[in-house]
Amino acid sequence: MAIKLLLENDKVEGIRYYDAYRKHGGYRSVEKAFKMTPDEIVEEVKKSGLRGRGGAGFPTGMKWSFLAKPEGVPRHLVCNADESEPGTFKDRYLMEFIPHLLIEGLIVSSFALGSNATYIYIRGEYAWIVDILEQAIQEAKNFGWLGKNILGTGFDCEIYVQRGAGAYICGEETALIESLEGKRGNPRIKPPFPAIQGLWMRPTVVNNVETLAAVVPIINMGGEEYAKIGVGRSTGTKLLSACGNINKPGVYEIDMTISVEEFIFSDEYCGGIPKGKRLKACIPGGSSVPILPANLLLKTAKGETRLMNYESLSDGGFATGSMMGSGGFEVLDEDQCVVRHTMSLARFYNHESCGQCSPCREGTGWMYKILKNLEYGKGKMSDIDLLWDIQRKIEGNTICPLGDAAAWPVAAAIRHFRDEFEWHVLNPDESQKRNYGLAHYADPIHVPA
Amino acid sequence: MSETPKFKVTIDNITIEVPAGTTILNAARMIGGDVTPPAMCYYSKLKESGGKCRTCLVEVSKGSEKDPRPMPKLVASCRTTVMDGMEVKNITSDKVIDARKGIVEMLLINHPLDCPVCDQAGECDLQDLSYEHGTEGTRYEFARRTFEKEDIGPYIQLHMTRCILCYRCVNTAAELTNRREHGVLERGDHSEISTLLGKSLDNEFIGNVIDVCPVGALTDKTFRFKNRVWFTKPVDAHRDCPTCSGKVRLWMRGDEVYRVTARKDQWNEVESWICNECRFEKKETKDWVIEGPTKVSRLSVISQGHYVNTEKAHVLIDKVIGKQPKLLMDIHSISEVNRPEIKLSEIEGPAHSDDFKDDVIR
Repeated sequence: MAIKLLLENDKVEGIRYYDAYRKHGGYRSVEKAFKMTPDEIVEEVKKSGLRGRGGAGFPTGMKWSFLAKPEGVPRHLVCNADESEPGTFKDRYLMEFIPHLLIEGLIVSSFALGSNATYIYIRGEYAWIVDILEQAIQEAKNFGWLGKNILGTGFDCEIYVQRGAGAYICGEETALIESLEGKRGNPRIKPPFPAIQGLWMRPTVVNNVETLAAVVPIINMGGEEYAKIGVGRSTGTKLLSACGNINKPGVYEIDMTISVEEFIFSDEYCGGIPKGKRLKACIPGGSSVPILPANLLLKTAKGETRLMNYESLSDGGFATGSMMGSGGFEVLDEDQCVVRHTMSLARFYNHESCGQCSPCREGTGWMYKILKNLEYGKGKMSDIDLLWDIQRKIEGNTICPLGDAAAWPVAAAIRHFRDEFEWHVLNPDESQKRNYGLAHYADPIHVPA
Repeated sequence: MSETPKFKVTIDNITIEVPAGTTILNAARMIGGDVTPPAMCYYSKLKESGGKCRTCLVEVSKGSEKDPRPMPKLVASCRTTVMDGMEVKNITSDKVIDARKGIVEMLLINHPLDCPVCDQAGECDLQDLSYEHGTEGTRYEFARRTFEKEDIGPYIQLHMTRCILCYRCVNTAAELTNRREHGVLERGDHSEISTLLGKSLDNEFIGNVIDVCPVGALTDKTFRFKNRVWFTKPVDAHRDCPTCSGKVRLWMRGDEVYRVTARKDQWNEVESWICNECRFEKKETKDWVIEGPTKVSRLSVISQGHYVNTEKAHVLIDKVIGKQPKLLMDIHSISEVNRPEIKLSEIEGPAHSDDFKDDVIR
């Protein structure tokens, strides 16, 4: 039986509201945390080995300990709820159904970091979730978990919800901070890092929704206990939002010990691929991580079974591996065309590039135009090499990691599915008639009984 | 007051001591020459500028004396401060050269390349950059993005099609005015520089955005299409101006003042801002006290024909290759006209084939 920490009570009637949440053990962690010192909480999070759930997987405890603490300067905690990566919708589920879990995590984390004004920067398209969060904050306030002098400890904390205006780039932490300050959401040039100069030039920590929610079970069960779940440096549980050609799309909580094969084919999770189709490829962690063909997805290059965790998914580097990313698990069956898929991702990154630095601004548009030509049967063989060269010149040369995020999907598609691109060039007419490419990547899969 | 500590930094095997807090780019500028990375968006006079164009990327092969690990990615030298014992590779790094070539290509794919009709030609940073780091051809086969020309104020025209979005003018406007009225609309490759709802800018120093623009996106409407910059002669001059320092550069032809700009240093950066009155309204010689001709680098296109003591390349060619170059064909051996013994300058009026007849030569 899988361990559930975050989604333990997500099916409970009325869990969205305070009464049911409190009845099922809500706000216990706040009571416990306020008996500890802030440094002890940070230590506890460090011990838990919790890694950032937003995509990069940076150890949260370490991030917190980097926070500068100059005298007399307020510090801020910002919750990054600008979840805009195609294929990722785990934070939405969490905020929509168990908003108090996030509020609880925010209160504990604010206390640990000494933030009296904490912000939730939420994606503009999640308009109705703003209301849900506002209501949860009001309820928490009414019951004395927020506001002035919480639980008589003398600690004041307010949580504000700020809506974004619909820009993917504002999910990058410094762009988010700029946007929160009321400016154009352009990423800042680092250094200085937000931990030194963030929101209004004050020390700031920006964490993902799921990361902050995970603080609650860490405090409840203790960091060491939490670290026992999972394998290696992938501790605790992870939310995955599964979508694409699977029988049961949705948000699943896994404990990072199961294999990718189990995740796709077991009935507890995705439930296999519809209509008995074969698996062709998969993007294991949100649209910006490299796509993997079926054979490399289920087994690493060394022949080991690939597990759903940080280390195993990135085993083999980008040559034969991918990344855990934000947990947007997209499955492509044998009928899907990788060229078309890559084109639609390139269109997204072209549309969402902030336009600040030249490689990303010009390169993403160029890649999209070339991919459009390839997809619609107007491509040339040399275009494939050109695409490779463009992505190589974007990667690593931009201000923020979103340049890399735009380059990786294209790179991986060419790396693993080059003959599909070539097929599009050689058979321009046929590629128009059927909306998919070659299917021989789908290895015959043995479905576990 | 405590003295700022000095840091040793090695750029392309040249070591220099600079005060702590200096950026790699400024340290390289102190060395000068080829090791200086090009900069399209960084402007030392503007606080917030830099980091955007990515042409100044360099490789840090050794972080510092304390932490000798190399930096994993190329860094923007204009926004990275030096550490003690840092080792930087600019032109000695293949990675940097390759990345820079890519950046120049990216900057040019949506640039119209209308240099023959652009007023900035001859003093354009992007032109220099493409000559030095670009390739001769383009691999871009699609329509370039275009915009309508827009007048921002009575004196300045914005031609967004040429813009490389360096944000220099935005930073300039932000420093000159306390309102955010000049900025960027939209995002990605369709973002455009614009003023608040198409309003004109009326700050009395706003003309400086023309000088900071590295390309021909912002041009002086009083100078547009009047003359090519290399036909005009730069002259330093000053006047008693109540608003600004009054120290300017006049671009003259004969006695006529074609254009007034601020003085620029060797990195093509304005030395001191000048006001709109000096720039746009004082266009007569009598308004100014002439200090003398501007020293222009002999490598600049603007100095062509103006300066002496330069040796022409072909004078040296036999010294370099050790023999006289072999001509494929001597034009004089087959042509009746343009004979070497006839000096064209001595012929009165337009030359005629009769001028080259044997009896005339005698």
